[in-house]
Amino acid sequence: MVETPVPPTFTGNRGLMIEEPLIFEQGEAERCGVDLPDVPAHRERLGGLKRKGPIGLPGLAEPQVVRHYTRLSQKNYAIDMGLYPLGSCTMKHNPRLNEKMARLPGLADLHPMQPISTVQGALEIIDRVAHWLKTLTGMPAVAMSPAAGAHGELCGVMAIRAALDHRGEQRRRILVPESAHGTNPATAAACGFEVDSIPANDRGRVDLAAFDAKLGPDVAGIMITNPNTCGLFESDFARIAEDTHKVGGYVYADGANFNAIVGRVRPGDLGVDCMHINLHKTFSTPHGGGGPGSGPVVLSAALAPFAPLPYVVHGAKGFDLVEQDDGGQSFGRLKGFHGQMGMFIRALAYMMSHGADGLRQASGDAVLNANYLMAALSGDLSPAFEGPCMHEALFDDAFLKGTDVSTLDFAKAMIDEGFHPMTMYFPLVVHGALLMEPTETESKDSLDQFIGALQHLARRAKAGDTALFHEAPRLTPRRRLDETAAARRPVLRWRPPAPESQAAE
Amino acid sequence: MRYLPLTEADRRSMLGRIGVPSVESLYRDVPEFARLSAPVDLPAHLGELEVEREIASLAAKNLGSAAVPSFLGAGAYRHHIPASVDHLIQRGEFLTSYTPYQPEITQGTLQYLFEFQTQVCLITGMEVANASMYDGATATAEAVMMANRVTRRRRAVISGNLHPHYREVIATHARFHGFEMAAGDPSPGKPEDLIPLIGAETSCVVVQNPDFFGHLQDHGALGEACRKAGALLIVAVTEPVSLGLVESPGAMGADIVTGEGQPIGNSLGFGGPYLGLFAAREKYVRQMPGRLVGETADVEGKRGWVLTLSTREQHIRREKATSNICTNSGLCTLAFTIHLTLLGEAGFTRLAALNHATAVGLAERLGKIPGCKVLNDSFFNEFTLQLPKPAAEVVERLAERRILAGVPVSRLHPKRPELANLLLVAASECTTERDIAALEAGLKDVLR
Repeated sequence: MVETPVPPTFTGNRGLMIEEPLIFEQGEAERCGVDLPDVPAHRERLGGLKRKGPIGLPGLAEPQVVRHYTRLSQKNYAIDMGLYPLGSCTMKHNPRLNEKMARLPGLADLHPMQPISTVQGALEIIDRVAHWLKTLTGMPAVAMSPAAGAHGELCGVMAIRAALDHRGEQRRRILVPESAHGTNPATAAACGFEVDSIPANDRGRVDLAAFDAKLGPDVAGIMITNPNTCGLFESDFARIAEDTHKVGGYVYADGANFNAIVGRVRPGDLGVDCMHINLHKTFSTPHGGGGPGSGPVVLSAALAPFAPLPYVVHGAKGFDLVEQDDGGQSFGRLKGFHGQMGMFIRALAYMMSHGADGLRQASGDAVLNANYLMAALSGDLSPAFEGPCMHEALFDDAFLKGTDVSTLDFAKAMIDEGFHPMTMYFPLVVHGALLMEPTETESKDSLDQFIGALQHLARRAKAGDTALFHEAPRLTPRRRLDETAAARRPVLRWRPPAPESQAAE
Repeated sequence: MRYLPLTEADRRSMLGRIGVPSVESLYRDVPEFARLSAPVDLPAHLGELEVEREIASLAAKNLGSAAVPSFLGAGAYRHHIPASVDHLIQRGEFLTSYTPYQPEITQGTLQYLFEFQTQVCLITGMEVANASMYDGATATAEAVMMANRVTRRRRAVISGNLHPHYREVIATHARFHGFEMAAGDPSPGKPEDLIPLIGAETSCVVVQNPDFFGHLQDHGALGEACRKAGALLIVAVTEPVSLGLVESPGAMGADIVTGEGQPIGNSLGFGGPYLGLFAAREKYVRQMPGRLVGETADVEGKRGWVLTLSTREQHIRREKATSNICTNSGLCTLAFTIHLTLLGEAGFTRLAALNHATAVGLAERLGKIPGCKVLNDSFFNEFTLQLPKPAAEVVERLAERRILAGVPVSRLHPKRPELANLLLVAASECTTERDIAALEAGLKDVLR
């Protein structure tokens, strides 16, 4: 095979890969991408606070704007393009029906402060999503307003604090397994708790002996992800929950991985007091390049009285929204207005489309796909723990030992093969972790191609083809970027270039 | 099931490869008592058409604000969103991408976030901005906690004219994070003097501009007083379109500016998802919450962008992080930045002027209705109308006539009977002469 070198192009573009300057580098102040009517004569009432100078925003016409963002979009990888095996992030197909439903007139144009009589359908949607979530988790209550998973964690841990305060207890220690997402300890700290970490055992689960040793009457609770971040079911969860309850603590379950068990296991049956559900993971509302998310929190009877405002109730004249807590025990408000309504609609469309049967099938297929990856790759990669796994397959970097190829290098080479890399170096309890979550929306053909590519790369690494890895990625809009320089001298915004006269001096 | 590609034959062959008899056997680590043997008690799957019919029937039970004369604001504002905004944000490469952890294949997201950060700096008059928070209220609460870190103090002074939801969210964090709050009383349409509340323990003063009642205030002197006392001035902006016409908080001496980004590019959507704006002075950047995108170069020397200063964040710092935030409002941020790019300097300033002119016209008309009085001397596109009877009642009666007259202050300040007759009324470029005439006639009729 002859490799033809690509000569440099005049534009710097390479076929479909087109260089795109910043909007600030292509704007003209007087150009505009919208046509607005003339401003009618009026007596200004700005109290002398009219803006004095120009803002400095660039002006572009609509065709330029459409081209700019279209070109930018083409520099992104996406689930719509291919397998996106980011472990713990659950990058599954985002049905477009859900997008269409969220944009319906009567939903997209509802103002959050309209009279309750004019938003009965919206409250019914919230109530219906709540019903599905409660039924699927086997829990009696749900707080709908948290804006994302980490916000849901905040909600759950605040409910625990509020319950302890109500009991008049000053417990300040919260147990968090070492394998937890960083949000867990950050959340506990934000709620005034001290984080006490519990190590994992050699089976990738909570070390029960360490847990027993740390449990005591000053423990406020435990935050535990199940299935955990090693992609394993915490088989002793019910025992951990029972023991935590015995000392008067509460059990926070991180529901980031609920998608592995939805329709098959109800966290409520295992002794959970609260659990957040990432609607953008399990129920496929789009990740959108980093949000918006939505993180409803299911609550046990013990914590339900402390749920945040607002919440939907069935009133005498239909649905009602409780926005003020008159003499109740609610811990208060977590965000503006009522929650991520647009995400509730998408999640409802997703849940109704799947139904109870389809959700059970989806979790089963997610687990099947992950175990298939694990089985097919175990000869070339090194599984971190003995199987079976849940919805994600975890490998360590033992298979790269002595190759001078790191997990990061391996991931960058996957990019040249047309895949988004898996989650790397997380969970922290595994050396050089590679955490792969294929999700249920991948076909067997797609998995087989992915498996073939990873086997090929593992064999290249072992064969000493280090250049392939160290120079990867080579086929992307940008190659490896200097993150150290970015952090050392942060350039966080565009600034106009210095005028030439100054630049020359 | 249309979203699941595996066939029964696939499943059988995959189980064979794994070496287990069934999918159920992959769940063997789940204790037997907790394994459900059949689907839960919820409806079975539905086709697209059935789902569409069902959700459309729920939507039809609402009165959409676009269908009727609507004057609602109080922290969420309806503006015209150009068609290209919604088209572009639905490109799969944006919609179905994750947080840009792999910069080589997410330059699209990173570049628009860098542009967004710059736009936010420009309109707020600040030096650095992050890649968004959940909404204006949570951004403001995070700003208070940041001010506590910067000043190593734990007492926040809160304007009585701050949006009550913002104040309540700060109060929630104050309780659990452990800091004090000194809050002023609401003073509709009037200037407020918070300087006497500033003391040696004050970490920050939080004001809103225009404030909850629509009033515009110069916070220059307050900023000066904060500087003298070693406290930070936090200015919240719930209607960012105002920044096209009104002096920026940065020019008034703000140290941190937070805001609700929804009014630019994002639909009302019954309150969410929205996006929080967060900007600050550069010297505080390492205490900021949230994601930041920075410029750098790749190994070939080409300019590119990466997430940066992540040592502030939870995935690195765990319990020592500046915030627990992880996911923010990526796609809402994209809608914001596309809309603002379409507007540009000329469009943004004209849009703001149109909003103000329409509101001035509306205030003049409503102020002449017998028994009604506009309380504001100054405002942008929203003002407080004093009615001769409780506003909630009036709003309810007008809703029956398919007019959404505004937000009764009592909905957000239920424990202040002295505010019960006040109505927040907002106008925008969407407000027509017919809308104004309908509200005017409806109000006259209901108040008769």
